[in-house]
Amino acid sequence: MVEFLSFRDGEASQEPSVTVESFTGQSNSTAVRIEAGEDARELLPYLDRLSLVEVNFPAYTDGRGYSAARILREAGYAGELRAVGDVLVDQIVPMRRCGFDSFHPDKPLDDAAVERALHRYADVYQKTVDGRRPVWAKRHPEIVNG
Amino acid sequence: MYRYDSYDQSIVDARVEEFRDQVQRRLAGHLTEDQFKPLRLMNGLYLQLHAYMLRIAIPYGTLSARQMRKLGEVARKYDRGYGHFTTRTNIQFNWIKLADAPDILAELATVEMHAIQTSGNCIRNISSDQYAGVAADEVTDPRPWAELLRQWSTFHPEFTYLPRKFKICVIATAEDRSAMRLHDIGLKLVKRGDEIGAEVYAGGGMGRTPMVGPQIRDFVPEDEVIPYLEACLRVYNRYGRRDNKFKARIKILVHELGVEEYKRQVEEEFAQMKVLGLNPPREELDRIRPFFANPAYEQGLSDEIDRGDPAFALWVDRQVATHRQPGYAIVNISLKPVGGIPGDASADQIDLIADLAEHYSLDELRVTHAQNLVLPHVKKADLYAIWQKLDEAGLAEANLDLIGDIIACPGLDYCSLANARSIPLAQKLSERFASPDRQKDLGELKLKISGCINACGHHHAGHIGILGVDRKGVENFQLLLGGSGAEDASLGQITGPGFSEDGVVDAIEKVTDIYLAERAQGERFLDTYRRIGMKPFKEAIYG
Amino acid sequence: MKILTGNDLGTGDVIWWAGDGWSRLVGDSADVGDRGDELVRAEEAAQRVVGAYVIDATVTDEGIRPAHIKDRIRALGPTVRPDLSLKPNDADAGNWVI
Repeated sequence: MVEFLSFRDGEASQEPSVTVESFTGQSNSTAVRIEAGEDARELLPYLDRLSLVEVNFPAYTDGRGYSAARILREAGYAGELRAVGDVLVDQIVPMRRCGFDSFHPDKPLDDAAVERALHRYADVYQKTVDGRRPVWAKRHPEIVNG
Repeated sequence: MYRYDSYDQSIVDARVEEFRDQVQRRLAGHLTEDQFKPLRLMNGLYLQLHAYMLRIAIPYGTLSARQMRKLGEVARKYDRGYGHFTTRTNIQFNWIKLADAPDILAELATVEMHAIQTSGNCIRNISSDQYAGVAADEVTDPRPWAELLRQWSTFHPEFTYLPRKFKICVIATAEDRSAMRLHDIGLKLVKRGDEIGAEVYAGGGMGRTPMVGPQIRDFVPEDEVIPYLEACLRVYNRYGRRDNKFKARIKILVHELGVEEYKRQVEEEFAQMKVLGLNPPREELDRIRPFFANPAYEQGLSDEIDRGDPAFALWVDRQVATHRQPGYAIVNISLKPVGGIPGDASADQIDLIADLAEHYSLDELRVTHAQNLVLPHVKKADLYAIWQKLDEAGLAEANLDLIGDIIACPGLDYCSLANARSIPLAQKLSERFASPDRQKDLGELKLKISGCINACGHHHAGHIGILGVDRKGVENFQLLLGGSGAEDASLGQITGPGFSEDGVVDAIEKVTDIYLAERAQGERFLDTYRRIGMKPFKEAIYG
Repeated sequence: MKILTGNDLGTGDVIWWAGDGWSRLVGDSADVGDRGDELVRAEEAAQRVVGAYVIDATVTDEGIRPAHIKDRIRALGPTVRPDLSLKPNDADAGNWVI
């Protein structure tokens, strides 16, 4: 079983994260935790000094964290983006697509199921922040570069 | 019609295998029902009153003969010989075994069909106009856009766990045959100069709190439509209510924020998103468009129809609509026989309609939100032959948009959410008003029945609507008047205290009597209601 | 009396707890008294039932009658398709539901 999953090179951040409120206050911390319903945009002025953003999923059906992640990546955040809380194997792929690159689920994941999920879909329809070329880009390679 | 390329096919095939894996994990006890339920729902598999129900997507209501035949095969092989066409232009099978579901999806994948996102809090099947491509007044064909949106919304990673389900509709005519403004987002394609773009409406819907969607943009150009929709969805995903299932649809967000504030937030988000290259290049829409190009119509055909057979002439007048190609017509097939179950079709009927589509309609058919079917490209010279075959199969009812053309959800006979049975009431009403002369005299009269507040039977949008409720364990029916899902969209008003099943049939007869007594020249029921108001109807019913 | 119902995990069939196992016939239902929740947990864990719940029912001359119309329809089948119900040859079966 996997308790922690990372797609980053090197060590994962060990720093304990602080709340958005204390972070945007006076904290020197470089790790912050966003709760569902908190505005990821509040962190945009501080992206340079952040090395870890944890996004909490209180229930896997609460999809607000997907938008939070994508907003941070769209704004250029390059540090670790970790999904924590009720994260199940069937959510790893969409989470990856929204920019998460590490996972610390409440309940450990089955290694084999993770492997299967990661390789299930060779193609995707949307351009997001994970760098995967959507199907429409593959269909028109002469027009869409990259 | 659109055909999958290897990318589309591999995505659908992968989904089948993923679901097979999930079903195996469930049957082996590795997934609890709580874990499995959202996964099966994302593949359209519900647990209903009597068994599992599988809802199969019919993207923008379009089917080929081969696909229709496959549905007939599923009905025979895995169900009990019939299917139910829904108000979302999908089809449901009521008697599915869990272990069979992956095999059914695998069979569907061979004809480029799936059940992806036919349930769950995600973007559902895109709806469109059943006359798309053949309507005379259309600005452009909405189907290429609908296909583009189908692909974009399939497994959209950010919008898979929205606060609630999300329905999008695309039309391209002034006349609205698809209840566009009762969708979470409605797109109406329009022309500005030489450019095609979309008027956008947001926050429409039925259910517990019905709303007609207000316009939030008068024009989104073709190459910005995806980022604009993503902005709409993102604002909803972040701020839509998650504390109360009944207040979680986008209509509540738009209503609570106010249209102007919702628009402002969408525009702010859109300004950030439109520079991210999210929209496919124009060449992608150009790639899709030829799939929907005009089929090879024969030229120089006659517009003559031999109306010698009176029953046939009656059917032609009611069920056949104008096609933009000379010599051709659009045929509406009623799935509303007198005393029948609205939207149900037997496997034999499904096969017959597949054959008719193949031989007489250039291999194409459509499903309408009123639970009927359409053969979009029929030579006028073939109408009589088609009518005879339909008549033999009990499919030649001539009641399009008349009181007998009742929309009804499955209700408490099948659905675990329902409070009352919709179908027996639809049957009684269609029998009460069975006379063709009487129906014709009453004219356009859209009667819509829902068995619960979720409004799958579109009761708010009925000229006459009926809502089934549970009154201390007994079925009770509320009556609504004055709704419309068309371009003159409006929401029906409740007449007053509810009725028993027989009581509501009598009440509707009184309502139609008032209409007949009060109508001015050329007025439909809805027009008379709008002119004279609720009072005379109320007096007749309760007085 | 209190009786226990749900659907068969594999087939989806409506089933009723008969005291020592599950039956497709509501008439076989056993009174579960206050053991309902315990049985739900055990039977769901054993993969024998899905969506199980306890309902009120009464014993009548015609057998066991669930208190709510929804469960009477579940016990019979769709009233609009008597041919697919559990009593396909009984033309009046639908009246039992109301």
